[in-house]
Amino acid sequence: MRVVVASGKGGTGKTTLATALAQVAAETQAVRVLDCDVEAPNAALFLHPQWSSGAEVTRPVPRVDAERCTACGRCAEVCRFNALAVVGGAVLVFDDLCHGCGRCTWICPEQAIHEEPLTVGRIEAGWTPEGIDLAQGLLRIGQPMGLPVLRALKHWPPTTESASVSVSARPSPWIEIRDAPPGASCPVVETLRGADAVILVTEPTAFGLHDLRQVVGIVQELGLPAWVVINRDGIGQAPIDAYCAEQGLPIALRLPLERRLAEALARGQSLLAAAPEYRPAIRHLLERLRCEVSGA
Amino acid sequence: MKEIVILSGKGGTGKTSVTAALAHQAALAQPGRWLLADADVDAANLALLLEARATVAEPFVSGAVAVIDRDTCSDCGACEAACRYEALAQIDGRWQVDPIACEGCGACLDRCPSEALSLVPQTVGTCRRSETPYGPLHHAHLNPGQENSGKLVTAVKRRARAQAEAEGCAGLLVDGPPGIGCPVIAAVSGASLALLVTEPTVSGREDLERALATVRHFRVPARICINKADLYPEGTRAIEELGAALGVATIARLPFDLSLAEALAAGRPVTAHRPEAPVSRALAALWTTLQAPLGHTAGSA
Ligand code: SF4
Ligand code: SF4
Ligand code: SF4
Ligand code: SF4
Repeated sequence: MRVVVASGKGGTGKTTLATALAQVAAETQAVRVLDCDVEAPNAALFLHPQWSSGAEVTRPVPRVDAERCTACGRCAEVCRFNALAVVGGAVLVFDDLCHGCGRCTWICPEQAIHEEPLTVGRIEAGWTPEGIDLAQGLLRIGQPMGLPVLRALKHWPPTTESASVSVSARPSPWIEIRDAPPGASCPVVETLRGADAVILVTEPTAFGLHDLRQVVGIVQELGLPAWVVINRDGIGQAPIDAYCAEQGLPIALRLPLERRLAEALARGQSLLAAAPEYRPAIRHLLERLRCEVSGA
Repeated sequence: MKEIVILSGKGGTGKTSVTAALAHQAALAQPGRWLLADADVDAANLALLLEARATVAEPFVSGAVAVIDRDTCSDCGACEAACRYEALAQIDGRWQVDPIACEGCGACLDRCPSEALSLVPQTVGTCRRSETPYGPLHHAHLNPGQENSGKLVTAVKRRARAQAEAEGCAGLLVDGPPGIGCPVIAAVSGASLALLVTEPTVSGREDLERALATVRHFRVPARICINKADLYPEGTRAIEELGAALGVATIARLPFDLSLAEALAAGRPVTAHRPEAPVSRALAALWTTLQAPLGHTAGSA
């Protein structure tokens, strides 16, 4: 089962909840966490993995052989992203605008274009002390597009068992938890693609509700079942309950606004370490997901 | 003209509340001299705090998606080999474009032997302009799930700048997006100062580091504002040290104050809603500090 934890608005406690879910799930099943917020990955700060593998992520960019190029301009004509320009008899490539679609390489009548890999980020993977397989993507500073990193992360094979953790000792079903980036644009869609269920973390403020609506729009378009978790309950009076009722979204959990919790999380403590009393509710949420998604 | 962009690295640090308060302070100090822009188009919230009204909207068309003409398509599958984004799939024996996955590159068009494919422009959102008691606000709405948010950010900024220049404004206040990618790069490009609003949490510090690296990469001078600075004093110190090591000054430490949440519920800048609250005083002082010329503490310039 693949579950995405998303929120629309940043800072609503998405990572807090995703890591808590992973820790509770790890007690009975094999768990994989993908930190899909490649611009600001934070799950590792709460899960403390030992990184054991990783790789650079590249995307292809075109390079022009000046000897062969006749400056005909076909490549610049077909590029939909204005990443190519013919200036003074030579082709200029703007790597930052290139989406790596390969169209220019294909179209060049002189076969003057080939592609080279450009490093845009990294994948890091490893195990946490409780046996969670964690992988994160890191977008390189100054690179505009996180999607190639996110795609590589989704295709990253599960880390092979470390000597200290035996996953096979826990035969029950496997779960993948994806911590989504904030917002409601393409990286969130890419995170949701291929998932089975979504948990939407929000807060009862006008901002929380506004941004929740945006993500719900995507989730509905993709036809995914979703549950809502209200964090910092009590911080405002935005009508999240009414909105969820109207959209048929069940509210699965409420976490109150407490300075004690905020302080503990600030120090890098996990939700379960700071407030173990939420363990049963989180376990219950996991069970619900499992039943309703698998139909069991 | 000055252009101050408020960023955060991590979302939810209070960036928009800070921007709204600064907009209010700017309007008090120099009425009608500052313009406002919300460059967080994925989660455009600034209007909710600025009593925005008289909104005019205009569709924003950018990019395209591939469409297959069912009558001409022979279902040969040649298009699929061209697509690098897994946007072509066969359903019940017929090839289909997944419009959500399609990036509109057009590579499939080149391979189709039947000329059954074409690119159709997409409306990805709307550009908006509203009146507020604190000055005109340029903002936008991104249709959920769309890409091109960097382009929409650029469009919002271009419109705001054009109006600011036409009206001889003193400056532009820009509420920026979270993260470090394309929308952030679009938001900082050409800015005279980036104010990074962070929280004294372990994740706040981590994300600030990446955001600062990005801002420096584009050679924009930066300053740090720590929200909820008293929540975790060691965390606050760690952030100040990180800034100092990079030559970026911390110019505001805002106290943990529920007035921010109250002002948000009321839909007003906190400095207008509760001018006497501790956080409002700190924000008023921040505005004064921001008015000082960019001096030797700039560091990252
Ligand atoms: S299509 Fe080929 S030959 Fe023509 S300008 Fe581009 S690289 Fe040069
Ligand atoms: S690979 Fe695609 S996006 Fe990149 S330059 Fe070529 S045509 Fe443009
Ligand atoms: S290449 Fe053209 S004809 Fe062939 S399946 Fe694709 S759209 Fe249809
Ligand atoms: S336009 Fe590009 S992304 Fe879209 S289906 Fe065709 S090849 Fe794939």
